[in-house]
Amino acid sequence: MSPTREDQHWMYCNMVTSRRFEEAIAKIYFEGKSPAFNMANGPIPGEMHLSDGQEPVAVGVCAHLTPEDVVTATHRPHHQAIAKGVDLDKMAAEIFGKATGLSGGRGGHMHIFDADVNFACSGIIAQGMGPAVGAALSRKMQGKSGVAVAFVGEGAVNQGGWHEAMNLAAVWNLPFVCVIEDNAWGISVSKETSSAVANNADRAAAYGIPGKRIEGNDPYAIHEAAGEAIARARAGNGPSLIEVETYRLAGHFMGDAEGYRPEGEKDALFEKDPIPKMRARMIGDGMASEEELDRIEAEAAARVDAAIKFARESDDAAPEDALTRVFAA
Amino acid sequence: MTKSNERKLTIARAMAEATAQEMRIDPKVFVMGEDIGPLGGVYGNTRGLIEEFGAERIRDTPISETAFIGAAVGAAQDGMRPVVELMFVDFFGVCFDAIYNLMAKNTYFSGGKFKVPMVLMTSTGGGYSDGGQHSQCLYGTFAHLPGMKVVAPSNAYDAKGLMTAAMRDDSPVVYMYHKGLQGMGWLGTEAGATVHVPEESYTLEIGKAKVVREGKDVSIVSVGMGVHNALKAAKTLEAQGVSAEVVDLVSLVPLDRETIRASVAKTGRLIVVDEDYMSYGLSGEIIASVTEHDISVLKSAPKRVAFPDVPIPFARVMEQFCLPNPDKIVAAWDEMKAA
Repeated sequence: MSPTREDQHWMYCNMVTSRRFEEAIAKIYFEGKSPAFNMANGPIPGEMHLSDGQEPVAVGVCAHLTPEDVVTATHRPHHQAIAKGVDLDKMAAEIFGKATGLSGGRGGHMHIFDADVNFACSGIIAQGMGPAVGAALSRKMQGKSGVAVAFVGEGAVNQGGWHEAMNLAAVWNLPFVCVIEDNAWGISVSKETSSAVANNADRAAAYGIPGKRIEGNDPYAIHEAAGEAIARARAGNGPSLIEVETYRLAGHFMGDAEGYRPEGEKDALFEKDPIPKMRARMIGDGMASEEELDRIEAEAAARVDAAIKFARESDDAAPEDALTRVFAA
Repeated sequence: MTKSNERKLTIARAMAEATAQEMRIDPKVFVMGEDIGPLGGVYGNTRGLIEEFGAERIRDTPISETAFIGAAVGAAQDGMRPVVELMFVDFFGVCFDAIYNLMAKNTYFSGGKFKVPMVLMTSTGGGYSDGGQHSQCLYGTFAHLPGMKVVAPSNAYDAKGLMTAAMRDDSPVVYMYHKGLQGMGWLGTEAGATVHVPEESYTLEIGKAKVVREGKDVSIVSVGMGVHNALKAAKTLEAQGVSAEVVDLVSLVPLDRETIRASVAKTGRLIVVDEDYMSYGLSGEIIASVTEHDISVLKSAPKRVAFPDVPIPFARVMEQFCLPNPDKIVAAWDEMKAA
């Protein structure tokens, strides 16, 4: 089923919000890091993995989710967090290491947790799989509604933990969907170099569950496939696997020179940027006017500006608070 | 004395009873792991549970420790109270990310907004020639990493109270039970671990050590099987006119440093007995806890009786040569006095 007009507006809004957010983070990230680049400096220290280009996956899937559904994300979580409804102000503050951040600065950008919308991360490849499967088990055992979605990258399928969790979800017939964001690169190692099969949806056969691959980073096709998989999970018919071809328009991390990319690959990807493509399609399909989309873009930019302002103006985390919240209060 | 006061249980039975009692009152508690269903656990600690609670709440898992321990984290964050079993602590190597990066850290990473109330039970210890991948204790490995409580009972009374406390704790608890104390006939069992256990449910405070034998000349501090070795050594020493105090740590995290320091302040001498590897571990931590606090209480240098820094050997004579035992503790006392 195609996304409704309302769905499309929501998807476009969240894609643009995510992109504006990453652009803002990218700019601020380099504050204090020049002339000599030192990752520890500036208002946003540490590694930074941006999701530019991968927005269609997040919105196509999360369009079908409510706050009660569970999502686990990766080291590259911003687009998924935004689409899942994580508090943008608190997320920005967390990335800045501020007291007002989601965890008061204890987690950082690779550890975005928002209990209000059941969003959690792991910075370790494939390790969000187990917790998502466990949340799905919890819902099934308690007879409570809600499904669990684990987002992983294409490199994660070669982790043992990915296979273990897929099998567990299938053997227990859990309301779980694994969504693979195939951006073709595990840092510098290509999918072709690292994976024995080109289409990871084929791996679904190993678990006796449906598997589908979506080409072209297409938010409409992702929305449709995710809708089927999530409806199947909600109906109690078990897990599904979806792989989406997506584009990593940023480096693996901020500062990545990407010398491993074939010449011209990046330029070709920018020409396929999903945001202008969706904008053109919505207008072409009569699903939105130029003015409506301009307004969505302006609102997204304002929302991001407000979040960044909130983060910048918030107090730094108190150093001694590092010693708290190790155990449950 | 009522009849129930005379009842003795093995640690295995005590753990199963605690779990059953908690499952009767808390529908959120469930158990999963390898062979914990109809088999009742390789070490007997889930025996009888599937008959009462069924396969939905007593879940045999595939041999997929990463998946089911990770799943327990997700279920715990979602409001359940999973009890999971890592059959041998030695198997942590295939699933440690789920334990120390997820189970132990998600509370912190979420600023306390996600709780991870789960129990990870795991068997420890050797002495029965099971070789170097099925005989370790690894107390120090788990206790070193922040975010998880760690307990290790030496007897069935403590085992039941700790099990109930662990299931009610809102933080993850690693419950390390020693195979040689478990009461499984086929393993050989330390008789001192099978003690009176009340029928009713009760809790033992996590993070509280016990002085299990009072003395005035030396403090022998240990955990699990080491406590029984210490008690036997104390008897030998008593015959020689030496009064040994024995401290059972019960919990490794939080560590009850106050009880250790108070004991050593009284006796002035410290021997630590640890079946885990000697270096960078529990024995060093206990000694540091005393010396960094007040080194002046010590009348002589502390001693440790621990497993040497070698993989656990198979051959019976080799393994027994390496393991702590009462004679080694007595010898440590002799060296301490001679020094």
